[in-house]
Amino acid sequence: MLDDRPAQGSILYLDGVTVSFDGFKALNELSLIVAPGEMRTVIGPNGAGKTTMMDVITGKTRPDKGDVLFDGSVDLTRLDEAQIANLGIGRKFQKPTVFEMLTVAENLELALKCDRGTLATLFFMATSEQRDRVAAVLGTIGLRDRASLPAGRLSHGQKQWLEIGMLLMQDQRVLLLDEPVAGMTDAETEQTAELLLEIARDRSVVVVEHDMEFVRRLGARVTVLHEGSVLAEGPLETVQNDHRVIEVYLGR
Amino acid sequence: MGPVLSRLLAIDDRRFWLGFGAVGILLLAVVPSLNALPAGHALNVPDYAVTLLGKYLCYALLALSLDLVWGFAGVLSLGHGAFFALGGYAMGMYMMRSIGGRGVYGHATLPDFMVFLNWQELPWYWMGFDSFWFAAAMVVAVPAGLAFVVGWLAFRSRITGVYLSIITQAMTYALMLAFFRNEMGFGGNNGLTDFKELLGFDLSRPGVKLGLYTASAVMLGVAFLVCRFIVGSKLGRVLMAIRDAESRVRFLGYSATAVKLFAFVISAVLAGIAGALYVPQVGIINPSEFSPANSIEVAIWVAVGGRGTLLGPVLGAFAVNGAKTWLTGAAPELWLFALGGLFIVVTLLMPKGIVGLAAQARERLRGRPVPLIEEKRNA
Repeated sequence: MLDDRPAQGSILYLDGVTVSFDGFKALNELSLIVAPGEMRTVIGPNGAGKTTMMDVITGKTRPDKGDVLFDGSVDLTRLDEAQIANLGIGRKFQKPTVFEMLTVAENLELALKCDRGTLATLFFMATSEQRDRVAAVLGTIGLRDRASLPAGRLSHGQKQWLEIGMLLMQDQRVLLLDEPVAGMTDAETEQTAELLLEIARDRSVVVVEHDMEFVRRLGARVTVLHEGSVLAEGPLETVQNDHRVIEVYLGR
Repeated sequence: MGPVLSRLLAIDDRRFWLGFGAVGILLLAVVPSLNALPAGHALNVPDYAVTLLGKYLCYALLALSLDLVWGFAGVLSLGHGAFFALGGYAMGMYMMRSIGGRGVYGHATLPDFMVFLNWQELPWYWMGFDSFWFAAAMVVAVPAGLAFVVGWLAFRSRITGVYLSIITQAMTYALMLAFFRNEMGFGGNNGLTDFKELLGFDLSRPGVKLGLYTASAVMLGVAFLVCRFIVGSKLGRVLMAIRDAESRVRFLGYSATAVKLFAFVISAVLAGIAGALYVPQVGIINPSEFSPANSIEVAIWVAVGGRGTLLGPVLGAFAVNGAKTWLTGAAPELWLFALGGLFIVVTLLMPKGIVGLAAQARERLRGRPVPLIEEKRNA
């Protein structure tokens, strides 16, 4: 596997990944390479396999076949969700899932990058540095005045930001974001785009999105998925003029 | 230990420590003083009442242990009676061994029921139980071991919710059937009884009964602080996060399996200690303690008191068992109807139990509608 040249130097490397559920191929020989520090948007019609792809990368779903490598060499198909998260891959779900009973600050504290062993967690005490980190992220996601509010009381958009904030706390090398602006107002979408562009400056970000305006705003390389494999890849303008892409989106 | 202690003290405000101290004084000073008053005095707390309170304290400890896993991690164990009974059996075995030659058949080492069954020698698993400290270690180790194995198998296979409850019911039911068999060597359906002494203290003496009551009260207090420390820590917040959205916790990099297993084992140990304190006070342990219905009743105490509050289950255990003692004396045929009715009323009208009543009343006074049934969240 290590002699696979393309895997070298990549942060995420998927090759020939197939996942089928009861005969339905959610992913069909999917291949995708993300470079370190790259921002990538993934688009595609419903059922194209976008969420399944994230499930495979984060260990939620095991592929039937294919290679999934992190950092050019770590085989992700052998690890579970927690191990993959500790390697440096963070994920934001389509539906915002914050811990509603806990406060905003506590949500961030749980995501904080540190020893996540059971006993270490039991005797955990935040250092002033870690408290500063929580405060800094609270500022970045604009929830400083909501810090001690239960996360369940936040608006939909605020929950999405809190979840992005939790990814920042984890200090991951790769962020996978599943429809981060779903259900947001235009103003919130704009703020989120700015936030993501800032975040992407020092890590790799993969964004799955339906909102084409948002994709355009991110200005990143676009991968189009269709029926579980890559249909087209390139800058948004090129992809949008690709006749196969037009057919998939409009032709049926 | 310094930082741990300071954090334990800092978890709660002054009001908590005042309340904790007041209850401690009530249980450890007022009750024994009133017990010391001459019989017939208007304020005298009779010996039987002390033992009854001691029993309630053990039930409260059992309810507290269930709250740690159910109330905070969302793991509804309906087999906690098994951990309680195993702790009780371990203590019972020690007390059987300490009867020595004073049994009905006068055998130096074999308990009466073994002589009766024509057994010639002590089974290997009764070895060591002549030592109190060995038995005390087993009180902790056996429930912990069982919880570890069952919990590890269930949690790593991601068995949650009602399936986990059913597995724990099956666990306690299987143990009940096993302990009913004479061949198991635990006294069959009669269980273990006719205890004479504990650590050399004559169990029939009122002073010893007061001592057992005191030990139960102290243990409940210690367990309360341990649970308080756990749920007040970051691990406690991870437990609550698992309760609300388990898969999300995994994606944050925590092993939900390990965290739940930790809580489950601690909880089983507390339940085992409760059983070990309970048995010398009631004087008998038999397989009916493993009955699935017993474990379900514990869940009712927790629900009545208010789950996820630690204090609630303690109050719930006292309230429900107090009512049980009173009603089974006054109108025994009504007790099960009352218990069933109570569970329905609590589920429908008091989602946060006794502890939540004050907050519910406050909200109502403010005219805000109170959601009667807590919203379910799934990851």
